[in-house]
Amino acid sequence: MTTSTPSTATEGPSAPEHPALLPTPSQTVGPYFAIGLRWLTRPDLVPPGSPGALRLIGRVLDAEGRPVPDAVLELWQADPEGRFPPESAPGWTGFGRCPTDEEGRFAFTTVVPGPVGPGQAPHADLSVFARGLVQRLLTRVYFPGADPERDPVLAAVPPERRATLLAKPEGPGTLRFDVHLAGEDETVFFAW
Amino acid sequence: MTAVTERYDPPTDATRGLHPITTDPVPEPTVQVGTTTLPMDPPYRAPLYRSSLARCPRQPLVPLPHGPTERAAPLFGEGLVRPEDADLTHQHPGEPLGERIRVTGRLLGSDGRPIAHQLVEIWQANAAGRYAHQVDQHPAPLDPNFTGTGRSLTDDQGWFSFLTIKPGAYPWRNHPNAWRPAHIHFSVFGRAFTERLVTQMYFPGDPLLEHDAIAGSVRDPKARQRMVARFDWEHTEDHWCLGYRFDVVVGGHLATPLEPAS
Repeated sequence: MTTSTPSTATEGPSAPEHPALLPTPSQTVGPYFAIGLRWLTRPDLVPPGSPGALRLIGRVLDAEGRPVPDAVLELWQADPEGRFPPESAPGWTGFGRCPTDEEGRFAFTTVVPGPVGPGQAPHADLSVFARGLVQRLLTRVYFPGADPERDPVLAAVPPERRATLLAKPEGPGTLRFDVHLAGEDETVFFAW
Repeated sequence: MTAVTERYDPPTDATRGLHPITTDPVPEPTVQVGTTTLPMDPPYRAPLYRSSLARCPRQPLVPLPHGPTERAAPLFGEGLVRPEDADLTHQHPGEPLGERIRVTGRLLGSDGRPIAHQLVEIWQANAAGRYAHQVDQHPAPLDPNFTGTGRSLTDDQGWFSFLTIKPGAYPWRNHPNAWRPAHIHFSVFGRAFTERLVTQMYFPGDPLLEHDAIAGSVRDPKARQRMVARFDWEHTEDHWCLGYRFDVVVGGHLATPLEPAS
């Protein structure tokens, strides 16, 4: 989503200390990203079984409903008090990374994040990288209890598509969030 | 999709089979801000890149106001990365084959400010064009002394520097006789989660670049050039390695922030 707008930076006495720069375009992670990214695989934001820990599971599916076995997801969220590093609780990174398996499945262990601002329902940002995606896809995982009318981001989503952003309880301590890259139940993806 | 093929029209070469894919026409996702349609580059549906067809979203993207979650970013402190992780030529008992190169650059925001102490991850094929990955079946030799994986934290001024081997070109199945230009994958984090970026660094003068469906997914030729490193005498070392310079600039996606930073 880089734009082709030329930089307004100028040389000379009036040039700012940090001239504006045009962004480097995005490219796909390709099929072999594991050799570069798996060292930082972090499916557990908190230890499984710790107080408040829940499993956030799902599958990544393509336009035909086929599992995507070569995706990697990155989760980013506040701690239970709504804080991010460096202000967050000791040991809290807020960051998870999990590749999908042969069936397109992923599983994080996390906690319900605290409120990060007025009206913001508890949510995590979720990035999807895969072969075939020239840019990451960015979506939001909303935890149960989110009020679509109060959360400013959910409120901007067409009502009939909001359900794709809501993680659904599936048994004790487990939430499901399937990512449909396209198709009838296409997940809402954001531009940023 | 006519707009796309008009905007990116690679040199046609029937013998290489590189043609826009015209099956499965779907509308290109666009970014709507008010009444304005913002350009996306590269668009998720890349007409020449076959794998994008079943994986690109069809619905319009929803603009995401930058709230606290989007304005924060993961921090990767000291201890996660060792200095030797930036040297891909000394990860095994012997030295890898190939042309030794040093890739030096800065991680910068689109506001021009350096991004300090942030994580840069790279991966690449070996000099023969083969990845140390089980899925890669290209009949080129693996190099027992080369894994092709590196990482580094940027310094106070956003600098990173990797010592590695120039990767080889390799074939892929996108279309008949398709070859990827030599490239190094770069994954970087910024100061905000919106600045997360994965890209590829290409080499100057590579004849495959203009025939490549992935580089060509970026429609603006000037933007494509920002993925091409430049040869760098400053970091070329006598009787040791050639230098390349590659700066990575993150951010600046939406034309204007939808919500002022507070």
